[in-house]
Amino acid sequence: MDAKIVVLASLFYLILLFMIAMYAIRSANNGRSIVNNPYIYALSLAVYCTAWTFYGSVGRAAQTGFSFVGVYLGPTITAPLWYMLMRKVILISKKLHITSVVDFISSRYGKSTFLGFITTIFLVIGIIPYISIQLKAIGSSFDIITQHFSDATFWDSNVFYRDKVNYFTILLAIFTILFGTRHLDPNERHEGLIAAIAFESIIKLGTFLIGGIFVVYFVFDGFSDIFSQAAANTNTSRLITFAEGPRSSANWFWVLVLSAVSAFFLPRQFHVAVVENTNVSFVRQASWMFPLYMLVINIFVLPIAIAGLLKLPTNAESDMFLLSLPLSEGHSWIALLIYIGGFSAAASMVVVSVISLSIMVSNNLLMPFLLKTKSAKHASSGALSNASLQIRRIIIVVILFLSYMFYKLVSYNYPLVSIGLISFAAILQLFPALIGGLFWQRANKKGAIFGILAGFVIWCITLPIPTLAESGIIDPKLISEGYFSLSFLKPYALFGLDQMDSISHSCFWSMVFNITTFVGFSMFTDQDVDELTQADIYMNIEKYTDNPDIEIIKKEASAKRLKQLLFRFLGAEKATAVLNAYDGKISSTDDDKATSEFINYVERILSGAFGAASAKLLISPNIRQQTISIEQIREVLNQTKEIIEYSHALENRTEELQRTTIELAQVNKQLQHLDELKAEFISTVTHELRTPITTIRSFTQMLEKKTDLSPEKRKEFLHIILKECDRVKRLINQVLDVEKLDNHEGNMGKTHVNSTLQFAIDRLMPVIDEKNITLTVKFPDIHSTVNLDEDKLLQVFLNLLTNAIKFCDTQEGKIHISGVTDAHTLKLSFTNNGKPIPVGFMPQLFQKFTQVKDGNLAKPEGSGLGLFITKAYIERAGGTINVFSSEAQGTTFELVFPKDR
Amino acid sequence: MASGTFKILIVDDEPNIVMAIKHILEDERFTLYEANDGETALKLVKDTDPHLIILDVMMPGMDGFAVAKSIIRSENSADTKILFLTAKGTSKDKLQGYASGGESYMIKPFDNDDLLNQVLYLLELE
Repeated sequence: MDAKIVVLASLFYLILLFMIAMYAIRSANNGRSIVNNPYIYALSLAVYCTAWTFYGSVGRAAQTGFSFVGVYLGPTITAPLWYMLMRKVILISKKLHITSVVDFISSRYGKSTFLGFITTIFLVIGIIPYISIQLKAIGSSFDIITQHFSDATFWDSNVFYRDKVNYFTILLAIFTILFGTRHLDPNERHEGLIAAIAFESIIKLGTFLIGGIFVVYFVFDGFSDIFSQAAANTNTSRLITFAEGPRSSANWFWVLVLSAVSAFFLPRQFHVAVVENTNVSFVRQASWMFPLYMLVINIFVLPIAIAGLLKLPTNAESDMFLLSLPLSEGHSWIALLIYIGGFSAAASMVVVSVISLSIMVSNNLLMPFLLKTKSAKHASSGALSNASLQIRRIIIVVILFLSYMFYKLVSYNYPLVSIGLISFAAILQLFPALIGGLFWQRANKKGAIFGILAGFVIWCITLPIPTLAESGIIDPKLISEGYFSLSFLKPYALFGLDQMDSISHSCFWSMVFNITTFVGFSMFTDQDVDELTQADIYMNIEKYTDNPDIEIIKKEASAKRLKQLLFRFLGAEKATAVLNAYDGKISSTDDDKATSEFINYVERILSGAFGAASAKLLISPNIRQQTISIEQIREVLNQTKEIIEYSHALENRTEELQRTTIELAQVNKQLQHLDELKAEFISTVTHELRTPITTIRSFTQMLEKKTDLSPEKRKEFLHIILKECDRVKRLINQVLDVEKLDNHEGNMGKTHVNSTLQFAIDRLMPVIDEKNITLTVKFPDIHSTVNLDEDKLLQVFLNLLTNAIKFCDTQEGKIHISGVTDAHTLKLSFTNNGKPIPVGFMPQLFQKFTQVKDGNLAKPEGSGLGLFITKAYIERAGGTINVFSSEAQGTTFELVFPKDR
Repeated sequence: MASGTFKILIVDDEPNIVMAIKHILEDERFTLYEANDGETALKLVKDTDPHLIILDVMMPGMDGFAVAKSIIRSENSADTKILFLTAKGTSKDKLQGYASGGESYMIKPFDNDDLLNQVLYLLELE
């Protein structure tokens, strides 16, 4: 393809990005942030997928098959941890206005200037190769896409002004400066940049999928075609099996660890995930969307690698298969799309990395020194703020220049992936200090400094230096003979350990030295006041987010001087805005003494703009700090912790009390209900007692007063009185039975059903005879027993029989009692041929004080408690009672008892 | 049933109590009717238009208060007097009794002479 078209397309694409970014900024200024949602957040995290992913994965897959997935598997496996860890990191960073991973570490360890200094240097050294391979990717892709055209010969990478990578680097520098250094923001948030990054993530995914689909479905005939051809070819069949070499498990392990750590803590990842985060809750959604993105972008990697090996000449660069395949098939427009995707991947990584590095270098490397010079101390309003921006622009150019140089000298000769992993191994060195800082109270500054230094040294001598030796920049003999010609210092086989590949080897030894040094120094040296207070914030961030004004050390400062400080270093406009945004009290009284809240606010604002260490340098000459010993501060921290714990305990206690109150209210309600039932019961009982007593009293009085009564009348009255007395007696007995039921009195005994039934019948026989009732009994089994006291079972039978007698047909009364047993149950039924029980009455039949009264019937001799008690007794024996009633069949009470063995 | 000037309806679901009251009110001036539930009572009121109703409250079906209200509402029994005779003895019950149109309220168990006197008083025979 004509190079002019490619250059134009690249330019056009950059302009498009620029417009998207400008639109995002305009929207944000109008109060409608397009960036403030979890999808954009997740897409911005996909800046993790660089040109390394876009081209390099295919290259690696073409060499080693499946191993390319390692760098995506690491972050995917650890994604569940993401939420927990990132949430904490984001809360701390928002609280302390942290703007880079270096700031995060330096702030934790007492805002140490030195720690920030070495970490920054280390990261710059670690990341520059990584940036350089992005430049390499852009260069190679440009070469490949333009190679068939004659004017491509104009580009000659050996001549500086004819090297196109040079021009791309300049373009990227301009783009980075435009978006990364528009103004000095205390929060370091760049909405435009994030919008552009998210867009680039979509482009790289989209173009990669287009390339993949083209290769799989147009060059080949689908996945199965590719894989069957791959299996048939000796050169490609190894790719689709897991070759288990001696080194491969260690390599897998370290690749997983490296990629997981990098996805969290690479400067650009930290920047998009933490610094640019607008809402902590986005992390939750991102923890599945980001892995999903990586999964999708990797689907076609292996097929493309196989296709490249099968279709392209053997000398084709495997990193560029994705681009070469459509070109060799004559589809240059698809190739152009893919080129734009790769350019996107490279550009987004470069821009974000360089911005985050520039923040670090400016805040942690240059600012502390600048502040110590006399001119800075007497700088005029806003000068430092402007100087800071100028410095950052210069840093951006310098970093890109260094990356370009590295590309020219080293990367040119190496595949993309191996250099990327070297950078990852560098990030790993920060990991112990980061995790220790978050979860280990004792972790201290000395431990962090010496741990990182030790890890850095080991990293240097085991990865970048031998890499330089391999590329011939330094003497290659180093690799075979070892440092100082000492055989135990061979860079790839330190202390004789030669069983691992270079990455695993380096990670292993650097971590051994890093962690032991970090832990050792932290265990055996003490923290100072600043470290102690910062450690407490990192360990217990919840305490500080819930209680914004925990004052650990009493500080005094002049509010006026603090304001002057803001004006001097931020410029009038920014300072005014910052002061307007502050809604707390500035000074406690009119005497200009700043509140500790205001002092902390000013320090946080300055940290945001210049880094924690620089802010400490700026503010400390202006405040008088209470002199306080380590022991005292420990005590204060413990106290605040105790207060927080106490208030948590109180909260729990309150909740508990609320629960108890609710429970009590429920119990109370139940008791009230029971009480009402009881009161109702008593009122019913007294009413039931009043009725017979009324009759008794009335007739007794007549017997007493009416002396002229005939002897027949007298006899009749006396009979009535006697009957009513019996009624009272029965009622009292049954009330006592009910009372016993409530008290769960009475023990269980085994009672013979047969003899008890006979006893009941014998008792009532006189009444039955008197009323001319025909009684039939059919109950063959004479051995059955039920689990109930004898007197209670008798009561049951008496009640049911009395009932049957009472409601029998008045003319031709018939009662039938039958018993049936099977293996498990004993069924008894009492049937009478009386009028059926009214349907509306059935539901309350077994309730207390229920009596069927019929105007045509004589007043039944019941208390209304009989069936209630009967049912309760039957249930106590584990049985049930049911009633069936109809005009044709009469009324049957059916009892079912479990058979007793 | 004796035929007298004053018609008295006795309403109670306890036959023995009805019988007792009948003995107490044995007097040639009274004609006595009886009912064991509210529905029958209302029918008898319509048929006989009694001067006085001795009315129980707790009965199956319609209770005494409801019976009283129905009687008061029907016009042809405007001068029928109602004497509640019931085991329900709280002041709330009494109030409800008067509210539903009772002339008088007696509590069971009662004194036979008191009942007779009350009946005579209500019928303005004393």
